[in-house]
Amino acid sequence: MKKNRIGYIVLGAILAILLFNSYFILDETQQAIVTQFGKPVGEPRTSPGINFKTPFLHKVQFFDKRYLEWDGDKNQVPTKDKKFIFVDTYARWEITNPLQFFIRLRDERSAQSRLDDILDGETRNAIASHDLLDIVRSTNRDPEITEDFMEQIEILEDISVGRDKIEQIVLKKANERTTDLGVRILDFRFKRMNYVDEVRDRVYERMISERNRIADQFRSEGQGRASSIQGNKERDLAQIQSEAFKEAEEIKGKADAEATNIYAAAYNKNRQSIELYKFLRTMESFEKSMDENTSIVLSTDSEFFKYLRKLN
Amino acid sequence: MSEKNYEININPDWIKKYLGKIVVGLFLLIAIISSVRTVGPEEEGVVVQLGEYNRTVPPGLNFMLPFGIEKMFKIPVQRQLKQEFGFRTTNAGRSSDYVKAGYGDESMMLTGDLNLTDVEWVVQYRITDSFKYLFKVRNADKTLRDMSESAMRKVVGDRTVNEVLTVGRQEVASSVEALLQTMCDEYENGIRIDQVVLQDVNPPEPVKPSFNAVNQAQQERETLINQAEAEYNRVIPRARGEAEETIQLAEAFALNRVNRSIGEAERFNALFEAYMKAPEVTKQRIYLETMEKILPQMGNKIIVDEKGNNVLPLLNIDKVKTPKQ
Repeated sequence: MKKNRIGYIVLGAILAILLFNSYFILDETQQAIVTQFGKPVGEPRTSPGINFKTPFLHKVQFFDKRYLEWDGDKNQVPTKDKKFIFVDTYARWEITNPLQFFIRLRDERSAQSRLDDILDGETRNAIASHDLLDIVRSTNRDPEITEDFMEQIEILEDISVGRDKIEQIVLKKANERTTDLGVRILDFRFKRMNYVDEVRDRVYERMISERNRIADQFRSEGQGRASSIQGNKERDLAQIQSEAFKEAEEIKGKADAEATNIYAAAYNKNRQSIELYKFLRTMESFEKSMDENTSIVLSTDSEFFKYLRKLN
Repeated sequence: MSEKNYEININPDWIKKYLGKIVVGLFLLIAIISSVRTVGPEEEGVVVQLGEYNRTVPPGLNFMLPFGIEKMFKIPVQRQLKQEFGFRTTNAGRSSDYVKAGYGDESMMLTGDLNLTDVEWVVQYRITDSFKYLFKVRNADKTLRDMSESAMRKVVGDRTVNEVLTVGRQEVASSVEALLQTMCDEYENGIRIDQVVLQDVNPPEPVKPSFNAVNQAQQERETLINQAEAEYNRVIPRARGEAEETIQLAEAFALNRVNRSIGEAERFNALFEAYMKAPEVTKQRIYLETMEKILPQMGNKIIVDEKGNNVLPLLNIDKVKTPKQ
């Protein structure tokens, strides 16, 4: 009785151990291969949930099923046009064939380091065989220029290859080298790019001189416009004043002419009218020109005193 | 510390008596704890059964199989998440604090005219597909950061520094937004980009003064032009007014001149008509009238007779003269 009981317990324990060893839980994010003495057996397991295996004989290797990240190191690379830049890249990849992956790379860590070799190498090649502009730009769009004077510095030079294509080239070449590794690189992109310090300082200098040029242009433009307005002012002033003078003189002249005609028409009718005018005018000037300071010596012969004499 | 504090002194009989109940009680307690989950109002719960995706549950109290048979991931699908580039908010609130130092690498980028610019931006996004977010991509958040940096640099790389700094801001943001969404769809990371917002966009620090100098020069230009315009406006309208005055004065002169001449002519004509009736007498009359009028006004009047001797040489005009008061 007691012996039997121990036997049951032992049997139960063995069964339990066997049971626990005959399945494994595959996560939604995982895939796995089953190996027997290090050698893969059967198809890779990709459906999540409970999976079964032979206890003890079979071992399970888990791999990630998701898109995985690969983050490149910051590399200093010269471009084709001899500009030294830092390039930082990233890529997405996935394990497409866990069996092959297991055989060739064993685990993800060694996969990452293989990807480092392949992608960094291809990046260097691609950068070194293209001009900086091709790496920076991806299309040949024209810049939007807001002010005319900016035209001379707002230039986007055309490219022949472009960033997108270079990324495609790296991706294609890298994938050629990873086909037998059981991985596939989904995409490859440049993350960051910057000049190395010495080049950057020179770029700053160039930017500064460009800006200063615009500033100078602004100033001289302002002075030019101001002078032109000043000139306009003088011209308009001269025009306004001289035109007014001209018009005024014309008006006066016309009036003089008209008055002269009127006078002439009145005075110049005949001999008598001329006579009368002269007489009247003389009388008028007498009135105007004689005052208390005037001394007059009148002869009794004069018209005025004619009768005076007669009285004498 | 003495061992005493940790000694548990329970009657062995008591244990024996209640062991079964205690075990069952603990079992039930663990079962309840491990099967009840509260999903927050902004979240949804993704339940996996033995590693396999089973269902997605809405906010509220939810039940699932206990003892780790089912597991739940809570994903805040309703919450707007954001990633910051080139700076970090350290103390969000009414007046948030920002740290920029150390994130220069994130924000410094090359423009299409091979200049450098410093762009800080925020990506606001939402997890719309929690299944994809959890199971399709590893490190979806880190991936999104990489994608954002790549997309921003691609877009800025096709624009001039001036565009990025001024007119192109909005366009850059919307282009990045579109590009980033395309990439998200491609990567199947279950993320929807709500908005890409450009924050500070600046020229690099050493270049800033010269950029400011351009603005300053622009202001200077405007000032010079405005001053000249002001001077023009000060002088010209006044000159116009004065010109108008000159002309009006001339008109006035003309009117005066013509009307006077007409008047004088009319007067003369009338006089002439009368004169013609008796010329001699009229003339005589006018002469005498004039004399009558002017003679009293004059100072010294000397009347000489033909027969008298010539007094003129003896006449001291100054002495004789008696000016009127």
